Amino acid sequence: MNLKNKNQRRDFIKTSALVTGGMMLSPFSIPGAHAAGSDEIKIALIGCGGRGTGAAFQAFGTDQNIKLVAMADAFRDRLDDSYKALSSKIGTEKVVVTEDKKFVGFDAYKDAIAEADVVLLATPPGFRPIHFEEAIRQGKHVFMEKPVATDANGIRRVIAAAEQAKAKKLNVVVGLQRRYQDNYIETIKRIEDGAIGDIVGGHVYWNGGGVWTRARTPEQTEMEYQMRNWYYFNWLCGDHISEQHVHNIDIANWVKGGYPVKAEGTGGRMVRTGLDTGEIFDHHTVRFTYADGTVIDSECRHFPGAFNKVDEAFTGTKGRAYMNAGNVGKLTALNGNSLYDHDGKDNINPYQQEHNKLFAAIIKGEYAYEDATRSAMSTMTSILGRNATYSGKEISWDEAFNSKIDLMPEKFAWDAMPKVLPDENGLYPHAVPGQTKVI
Amino acid sequence: MLPNKFVISAVVAGSILLFNAKSIVYSDSFEPYKQEIPHTDLIFGMAPIPAGEFVMGSPGDEEGRKEDEGPQRTVSVDAFWMGTHEMTWDIFELFLNKNYEASISQKELSPEVDGLTRPSTPYLDMTFGMGKEDKPAIGMTQYGAIQFCKWLYTKTGKFYRLPTEAEWEYAARAGASTAYFFGNETSTLTEYAWFAENSEETTHKIGQKAANPWGLYDIYGNVMEWTNDAYVPQYPKIAEVDNNPRATSDELYPRVIRGGSYISEADELRSSRRFASNAKWKQIDPQIPKSRWWFPEAPFLGIRVVRPLEQPSEEEIMAYYDQAPIDDY
Repeated sequence: MNLKNKNQRRDFIKTSALVTGGMMLSPFSIPGAHAAGSDEIKIALIGCGGRGTGAAFQAFGTDQNIKLVAMADAFRDRLDDSYKALSSKIGTEKVVVTEDKKFVGFDAYKDAIAEADVVLLATPPGFRPIHFEEAIRQGKHVFMEKPVATDANGIRRVIAAAEQAKAKKLNVVVGLQRRYQDNYIETIKRIEDGAIGDIVGGHVYWNGGGVWTRARTPEQTEMEYQMRNWYYFNWLCGDHISEQHVHNIDIANWVKGGYPVKAEGTGGRMVRTGLDTGEIFDHHTVRFTYADGTVIDSECRHFPGAFNKVDEAFTGTKGRAYMNAGNVGKLTALNGNSLYDHDGKDNINPYQQEHNKLFAAIIKGEYAYEDATRSAMSTMTSILGRNATYSGKEISWDEAFNSKIDLMPEKFAWDAMPKVLPDENGLYPHAVPGQTKVI
Repeated sequence: MLPNKFVISAVVAGSILLFNAKSIVYSDSFEPYKQEIPHTDLIFGMAPIPAGEFVMGSPGDEEGRKEDEGPQRTVSVDAFWMGTHEMTWDIFELFLNKNYEASISQKELSPEVDGLTRPSTPYLDMTFGMGKEDKPAIGMTQYGAIQFCKWLYTKTGKFYRLPTEAEWEYAARAGASTAYFFGNETSTLTEYAWFAENSEETTHKIGQKAANPWGLYDIYGNVMEWTNDAYVPQYPKIAEVDNNPRATSDELYPRVIRGGSYISEADELRSSRRFASNAKWKQIDPQIPKSRWWFPEAPFLGIRVVRPLEQPSEEEIMAYYDQAPIDDY
């Protein structure tokens, strides 16, 4: 794919305006949405961890008549915890997941998807392309979490499935929830209207303390250990530059109205030296260059004790923009005068909003949400950044996007081996800039 | 038999005893002291707050008064020390991350400290871009604040806990019955407090403003401070002196927070002003169950610890720390 951002920008904005305007091409029936004469929407949860369970709560938090009819997870205990939380808080009238609709294992997703009108995909991101393809193949509407893949192969599969979703008029909402958060929507709308001129530079950050680790237990196979400790393995997580920082990178792409043409950067493992930290880096600094020459700096790190910063700032020819997830959205002129200061007091919880919008569109029979392609492109941007820091080289979008490297295991089974394995000391090989090949 | 009428439900029998216990280790002399965090160069100050009686709540004619600040009644509190400052990120972060604590400690962590339950790593940046060094730690739940106290106890052997609502107000008033410890004049507030008028919407390094007469810095403003108590919308009507009152609950919300913050208006900094914790502060937590450790939407909320002069028994102390957490959905 060859991106010419400058020319694409107008089209991009036009397209997104049409989509957010909820343009109705013609009345059409929504495939598999709900049985005739019933307003009930059946959902299935694929991936029953904390986030998946949260997504299910948000589905129940919409105005629609939701029934959870199936659940799937690789692990029975994760499914059980989630079922317990959901059934005790929502009630068994709406959480109607009988024992034969609790599907466990690597193939569980297929059967669970078959039961529902709308599926929630919230497993570790490595499985997203497989699950998304199947959901679209079966004609289901989708809420799926970010990032949507962990390698270019997965990205291409998601984009291809997104084309199918479009053809079938299936709504797809992706959990890049800043897209559903008022301070971002309102501030970026003003940037697109020219409030601070053309964007010529920017910085986006996810600098935090890190996330959980789960200890290895003696009975676990290597596959089970990696699945339980998924954050630390690229085939499952994509590294924290994808898993978390994709949020901020997506804002850069939104503000620029396109995707970078190349990236270079630096990263490594400074504090992640233990047996429980797999193969991912703990810091990345990437310079993304867009087609018009604009450079957006991206920083993400997991350093306990260090200064934290999770936000986005941009410079335009006539002013500056600052945004963050705490409902802040500010535009200032170059002389410092305020041009716009978003009042975030009444912002709706963006995690809830994305579900409200999705389910409202489905019940009305509208085809209004097509988040998959742009989310795949922003996920790809984060993978491009990872390619740059892992290799220590300048990598073009086209090289990264067309890479044939496939991180996924050849076989999914508890006794099968992932591609990255520990050495005799229990340590995993990790990328070494200047040596590692990523393309 | 309950020690006072303010107890709405007893979660743990030991937690009631705690504040009336007369067993007791009597250790340090009742003087100000600096508490070191062992094997680090971090310290925090503790100021002695003498036992005494005061009128809790505000009179009906106090400017800015809210309905929940009454009825006024006489309350007595036992002697305690109180943190001279709000707890900083520098110290709180040791509790957050065992590896980090081990890395800056000059000695290996003891098995007790090593084995403590620590907070989950917050998904968001819990400094909200406001910085850490010498700045108050923010956004923790009451459960997290109490577990931090347990960590401090395990490190120091001294019983640190959250102040009761009565202790907090008594300490903030420092003998005054006016709206603020210095009188009723709001124009004086900028000498003592970071609040909406002067904070520029951010927390500030602790101890930049003048202390109250009992040596407590930032007791108003900067960040609100956790108390131990459940929030009840009205104080009990009682004629006699209420001894060491404390409200407990088996509900997670609401609990009492005091002192106003960097985003509060002047009248919210009054000694008698009360705030109630709110489930909405976890609204954007994307995980279920929601974190028992963090409020991603309460960057205005922090900790100031107290230590009773008479230290209760080990059993009573552990009963306080080990109150079962309540799931939040």
